[in-house]
Amino acid sequence: METLTLSDVEQKYYSDLFVYCDTDNTKKVASNGRVREIFRAAQLPAEVILQITELCGATRLGHFGRSQFYIALKLIAVAQSGLPLRVESLNTVKDLPLPRFTVGKNEQEARHAAVYSDSENQGPYSGVIPRPPGRGHVKKPPPLDTVQPCVPTADAQPDTTSPVVSPSQSPPTSPHSWRKHKRQASGGNSERPPVVAGAVWTPFGETQSAPVSGDGMWSPPVQESWVSFTDTPPASTIPTMHPSSIQESTTIRTVASATTANEIQRQSSNYDDPWKITEEQRQYYINQFKTIQPDLNGLIPGSAAKEFFTKSKLPILELSHIWELSDFDKDGALTLDEFCAAFHLVVARKNGYDLPEKLPESLMPKLIDLDDSAEVPDQVTSNKSPSMPSLNQTWPELNQSNEQWETFSERSSSSQTLTQFDSNIAPADPDTAIVHPVPIRMTPSKIHMQEMELKRTGSDHTHPTSPLMVKPPELSEDNKLPASIKFVAGNTVGDGYSSSDSFTSDQEPISGVVTRQRSHSGTSPEGLKAVAPAPPPPPPRPQASHSRSSSLDMNRSFAAVPAGQQQPGVVAYAPAVPPRPQPAQASGSHGHRSTDGDALGPHASTSPQKIPEQPNFADFSHFQAFASEQPPDDADKHGEVPQVAEKASDPTCSLRTPKVDPQSEERTPATVNSTKGATPLAPPPKKPIRRRLKSEDELRPDVEEHTQKSSVGAGVLTTQLSIPRSVGKDKKAIQASIRRNKETNTVLARLNSELQQQLKDLLEERISLEVQLEQLRPFSHL
Amino acid sequence: MMTMLGGEPFLLVSKQEQQNYPLYIRSVPSDSELKFHYTVHTSLDVVEEKVSAVGKVIVDQRELYLGLLYPTEDYKVYGYVTNSKVKFVIVVDSSNTSLRDNEIRSMFRKLHNSFTDVMCNPFYNPGDPIQSKVFDSMVSSMMVQTC
Repeated sequence: METLTLSDVEQKYYSDLFVYCDTDNTKKVASNGRVREIFRAAQLPAEVILQITELCGATRLGHFGRSQFYIALKLIAVAQSGLPLRVESLNTVKDLPLPRFTVGKNEQEARHAAVYSDSENQGPYSGVIPRPPGRGHVKKPPPLDTVQPCVPTADAQPDTTSPVVSPSQSPPTSPHSWRKHKRQASGGNSERPPVVAGAVWTPFGETQSAPVSGDGMWSPPVQESWVSFTDTPPASTIPTMHPSSIQESTTIRTVASATTANEIQRQSSNYDDPWKITEEQRQYYINQFKTIQPDLNGLIPGSAAKEFFTKSKLPILELSHIWELSDFDKDGALTLDEFCAAFHLVVARKNGYDLPEKLPESLMPKLIDLDDSAEVPDQVTSNKSPSMPSLNQTWPELNQSNEQWETFSERSSSSQTLTQFDSNIAPADPDTAIVHPVPIRMTPSKIHMQEMELKRTGSDHTHPTSPLMVKPPELSEDNKLPASIKFVAGNTVGDGYSSSDSFTSDQEPISGVVTRQRSHSGTSPEGLKAVAPAPPPPPPRPQASHSRSSSLDMNRSFAAVPAGQQQPGVVAYAPAVPPRPQPAQASGSHGHRSTDGDALGPHASTSPQKIPEQPNFADFSHFQAFASEQPPDDADKHGEVPQVAEKASDPTCSLRTPKVDPQSEERTPATVNSTKGATPLAPPPKKPIRRRLKSEDELRPDVEEHTQKSSVGAGVLTTQLSIPRSVGKDKKAIQASIRRNKETNTVLARLNSELQQQLKDLLEERISLEVQLEQLRPFSHL
Repeated sequence: MMTMLGGEPFLLVSKQEQQNYPLYIRSVPSDSELKFHYTVHTSLDVVEEKVSAVGKVIVDQRELYLGLLYPTEDYKVYGYVTNSKVKFVIVVDSSNTSLRDNEIRSMFRKLHNSFTDVMCNPFYNPGDPIQSKVFDSMVSSMMVQTC
């Protein structure tokens, strides 16, 4: 017989089998009993068995010597792998898996395996071999249940037989070397579920050395042993054979061979990661994945995975737990990485390893990014390198797996990214948040309002900028404005309220109002005009920017006027008011028309009479006198004006004081109309006062026979509007505006006085009411 | 329906649709556990009522956080129902005033997420009692958090 080169695993296995068969312990196995059983278990046709026996020379010898037996076993393996039975094939077939034997031989095999895997911890792989191939689940290692029964048998017969030494065929190498060889081979063979092997062997721990059961011989050894391929061709070939041959519960044979190798390798390389998937395992998993999902980058739907893993005959609960662990992205489907992890966990579980509570690191799908994918292969290679310095054959596989890993991770990462939500909520458009960048006067001020009014009215003019041009229109404007204001009271109120935020918004309605006013005041202008020429042109007015009701302000303004420094005064007027359109007061004379205080312009169309009153602006009696000066008109106007004026003043006030509290606006008519104890009188009084003043101012132009005043007032309005616009205003315009402002001042002052009077009355009422309350209150609190 | 009872204890029960059989129950051990069970069952009526009442309103935010079903005695019952009519009920001890509505909402959200994960498991048949360890751990952590 030609020499038989067996791999370590094979040798071990064979020797075990031989020992098993050699019941007589004569180193000679008769072709009977167990041998037959084994051969039958090989599930080969009878003629094949015959052929094998013939080939191995047993027929010649009449019995199976060790070598014959080994040859026979190898031939069985050859036959089982479908190769033609040739003697030459014994040594030529590189990737011959271990011969398979059916269940019937479980115990025996187990026993052999027990003997087989001596101190190496690699449990009796062969015991697993006879496992029924019937499990549809490819990778599933032999179920634990089958392992258990093996245990007792293994225990029972640890070393029942002694190997029969065949003198004719001494093994090519010493048993020791065989063993090594076998181990190496088994290392190579053990790519497949090494875990399976390891776990299977554990039950046979008694016969083996201690380490079998306790430690993670299952995977760590398996892993490492697989990693450390000391053997050459068989080892290298076996992995490649794995994927193809493993389809149907082929774990057994490879497992058996792998065990010893695993043991050795495990000892040689001690990695602490019991859950690492070796290259071969991964290959196997990948192939399994392909059977379900040809696209390696695709997903296995949950139902398919469920069917697949159900074949492993694990309890549903455990499978469920495995699923929870492995479905990393919780998408109900398994990526390749997830599938491998799940498969690995199933294998582990089948081998008796408890499922971890959390997915082990090494099983985590590399779904972070490509970097990880690059790392993984490196890690694997690094892991393998120390342990298998001589393993060159696996590099190509490794590379493949690297690529696969990379692809996996890419795919995984892509799948992972699926779960990442782009919660990019577009930030709110800041522009939308900003209502108006327009500088707004923060505090209501008459000046402001008047200014606004002026602007608005001025805007309607054809030549708003030119002071000269403004003048004549101003007259009409003034005429129109005051009258129209009355008419358009209702509209402006609403507009004023709505546009409380910005003057610009106010301007529109006001301008609209103005236009309307113009249209409405068809009659008034004429009347006014009639009156207008009468009064002499008012002397230069103090700057008209006294929108405030404060007499002090007025004083200041008036005082400033003569000095011709209205601007500073005006500016001083409304300290709180941000300098409005800095009207370029290019010329000092125009100064009074300045920004802030111009609000009063329209109203404060100070009549000539007012001028002498300027210094005594605070003296309200002037107003009274002034008002009384025009009894006929005043009376009439007052009659109708108060109501209208109030209303008019409301809108105008609102227009001018965009910031005016609408409530106060509403309150003012109430307070004006009724002297009831309205508590919030403080704020309203100011406004009503202003309004009053305004109304009075407005009234004044109307009331006065001096339509000119009104016109002037209107002109002031317009001029005030226009002044801010154009720097170079004519002195006359300025003066007119000053006059108007003064008038407005007086009106406002009068209004102020009246309101204060009301305030006093109300306070008195309040006091009286409180007194009554005190009296009515029960004395208990006393 | 899933319910969590608490006093100090919590109990989680899950029931479903018309059957309303519990899918999951968890509670911190207490002597009056049975009372909590009973409370959970009775709260189902309230849940049903709320669910039917809200029917006319467009289901906002998908899952309806039913909020405080009814405060009774020493404990409050919160309800939550999913689109698939799986009800979550949490019973909390009233003395646990630190629990704000937001916290309860977040608890329900976590419950729902975990429940979804359980549903994703192909090995889980809807209607089976939930035996997921992940789910258990999540519930435990929640209960510990609030107790």
